[in-house]
Amino acid sequence: MSLKRNILDLRKRKQEVQLGGGEKAIEKQVAMGKKTARERIMSILDEDSFHEYDLFVEHTARDFDMDKKVLHGDGVIIGTGTIYNQPVCIYAQDFTVAGGSLGLMHARKITKIMDHALKMRVPLIGINDSGGARIQEGVNSLAGYGEIFYRNTKASGVIPQISVILGPCAGGAVYSPALTDFVFVVENISKMFITGPSVIKTVLGEEISMEELGGARVHSEITGNAHFYAESEDECFDQIKSLISFIPWNNTQKARKFPPQEPTSSLNIEEIVPSDPRRPYDIRDIIRAVTDSSEFFEIMEHFARNIVIGFGRLKGDTVGFVANQPKYLAGVLDCDSSDKAARFIRYCDAFNIPIVTLEDMPGYLPGVDQEHAGVIRHGAKLLYAYSEATVPKITVILRKAYGGGYIAMNSRHLGADFVFAWPTAEIAVMGPEGAANIVFRKEIAEAENPDEVRKQKIEEYKEKFANPYVAAAKGYIDEVIEPAETRSLLIHSLTLSDNKVDARPAKKHGIPPF
Amino acid sequence: MEESTPKYQTFVVNSAKYKTLYTKKFEMRTKWERPDMNEIRSYIPGTVLKLMVKTGQKVKEGECLLILEAMKMENKIEMPFDGKIKEIHVEEGVRIPKDVIMITIE
Repeated sequence: MSLKRNILDLRKRKQEVQLGGGEKAIEKQVAMGKKTARERIMSILDEDSFHEYDLFVEHTARDFDMDKKVLHGDGVIIGTGTIYNQPVCIYAQDFTVAGGSLGLMHARKITKIMDHALKMRVPLIGINDSGGARIQEGVNSLAGYGEIFYRNTKASGVIPQISVILGPCAGGAVYSPALTDFVFVVENISKMFITGPSVIKTVLGEEISMEELGGARVHSEITGNAHFYAESEDECFDQIKSLISFIPWNNTQKARKFPPQEPTSSLNIEEIVPSDPRRPYDIRDIIRAVTDSSEFFEIMEHFARNIVIGFGRLKGDTVGFVANQPKYLAGVLDCDSSDKAARFIRYCDAFNIPIVTLEDMPGYLPGVDQEHAGVIRHGAKLLYAYSEATVPKITVILRKAYGGGYIAMNSRHLGADFVFAWPTAEIAVMGPEGAANIVFRKEIAEAENPDEVRKQKIEEYKEKFANPYVAAAKGYIDEVIEPAETRSLLIHSLTLSDNKVDARPAKKHGIPPF
Repeated sequence: MEESTPKYQTFVVNSAKYKTLYTKKFEMRTKWERPDMNEIRSYIPGTVLKLMVKTGQKVKEGECLLILEAMKMENKIEMPFDGKIKEIHVEEGVRIPKDVIMITIE
C-alpha cells in the first residue's frame, strides 16, 4: 500500500467509528432533544481544537455473546482541546453506543483522560449520558466506577473538575459528579438518582416520574446536587464557558486577569438597602453595584436561596462572594445555606480566589426540623471553612450581624483580614426585640403596661447596641465606612493582600464536620 | 424558576418580624409530632410476611409481633414493653410504605 492509501484507510476507519452507534441511534438521540456526544464536545471547546484519544479502543467482554458485538469507542469519547486557547481534558459518554453503558474499556478511557488532566494540571470536563453499568461486564464495570471515583477524589482541589449531566446518570454513576466541583444540569434532559422510579414503585409502591424524582429542577432546588440549571444544552455550554473564565486552571495559579471595568449598575448603592432592618431587598443588587461591569456569576442560584454565592471581578481579578440574602427567609443561616456556603469557601480557598463576605442576617433558622436535620454540624461546616481558609478574606457588614451568625459570617474572630461595617450595621448578640425580651424580662413582666415598656426597652437597646460602634470600640471591625466607599475599599484590600502569608500547622488534613 | 412579583411574608426570628420570601423547601418542611409509644410503625417500607399476635393478646417485652420483609431481609418487629394488642392495622402479604401504623398496643 502506498502512503496515500494508508491515509485513506485511516480516514475511512475514523469516519466509521466516529459515527458512534450509527445513524439510527443518532436519530433517536436527536429525537430526545439531545445533541450527540461529539457535538457536545465541539460546542464546549474552541473550534477545531479537539484531539481525540483512544478512538479505536474496543471492549473486551466475552460473556452473553458480547464478543460478537462491536461498540464503537466503547461508548465514550475522550480527548483534549482548548477553551479560550487554554488546554483542557474532556470526555463525553456516547448514549448512541450501547446506551453509553460503562464497561471495563469505557472506564479505562475515562480514567486515562483523568490521569492526563491531573498530570498536566488542566481542568477536566466530564459529560455524563449513560444508562449505567454494563450488566454484561459484571464486576468489571463496578471496578470502573470505583477507579473513576478514586481519581475524582485525588484530583479534587488540584484541578477544576466539571460534570455535565446530559442524559441519565443513575446508580453508582451519580457519585462521580457528586465528587466534582461543579455539576451542570439541563431541563428535561438531566436525570440523576440512585434508584430509579421503577425500583421505587416495585419496592415501595410509590409512583413518581424520573423528572420529579431526579430531574434538573429537583437537583437545582431541592437536593443541592446541581450547581447550574439551564433550559437548553446551548445555554448550559455558555454557562460552562462563563464559569471557566472565572477560575484558575489549577491550584498553583490565579484566575485569569481581565481588563478592569467600572460597575455599570444604575442602582445607587445607598438606596438599595432599606433602613428598617426587617425589610427585604436583593443582596445581588449590592454585589452588582461593586463588581466590574456589574457582572455577577451566581452559583446554586435556586438552592438555599437565603445565601448567595458566586464569582465577580474587582479591577479584573476574580473574587468569590458569599452573601446573606434578606429576600429569602430573611437571610437566615440554616443547614442548607451553611452547607452551600462552606463548600464554596473551600473551593475558593483551594483555588486561590479571595473571598468577599457581605453580611446581613438575623441569626439561625429556628425549628425542630432544623435542629433534627443537624444544623449544629452543618452550621459548623461554615465556621470550619472560614477559619481554615488562608486566601484573603474580607467582610462587609451591611445591616444585621446578630449572635452566632455574626461569628460564622467571616468575623474577625475566625480570621478575617478586613472587616468593614456600614453605619447601618447592627452588631449585637441578638436583635433588639429578642434582647429586650430577655434582658428586661422582669421590668416588662412587672410593668403596668408591658407592651409599652417592651417597646421602650427595645428602643433603648436599639439606641445603645444596634450599631457598629460597640464592635468598633473593641477593634472587631476595622473601619465604619460609607456605602459608596465599598468598592474602592474592597479593591484596596485585595491589593494589600496580594502577598498574604498565613501559615497553618502542618497536618495531613483536618477533620471537617462533613 | 424566578418568581414574578414577590409577595413578601412575615417571618419571625428572635422576636423580630421580617418581611421576606419563603423557599420551596421551607414551605415543604414537615411538622414535628411527638411519637406515640403505643403505635408500632414501619421503620422501613416492606411487606408484612407474618403476623405473630392477635387482637387482645397480652405480650411481653421483646416478643415478636410480626415479620416485616424489607430490602431482602426478614425483620422481626418486637414488643417495646409488656402490654396488650389493641388493634392490628395490617394483613399478611400486604406491602406498606415507611411510617405506617402496623399495630396499636396499650
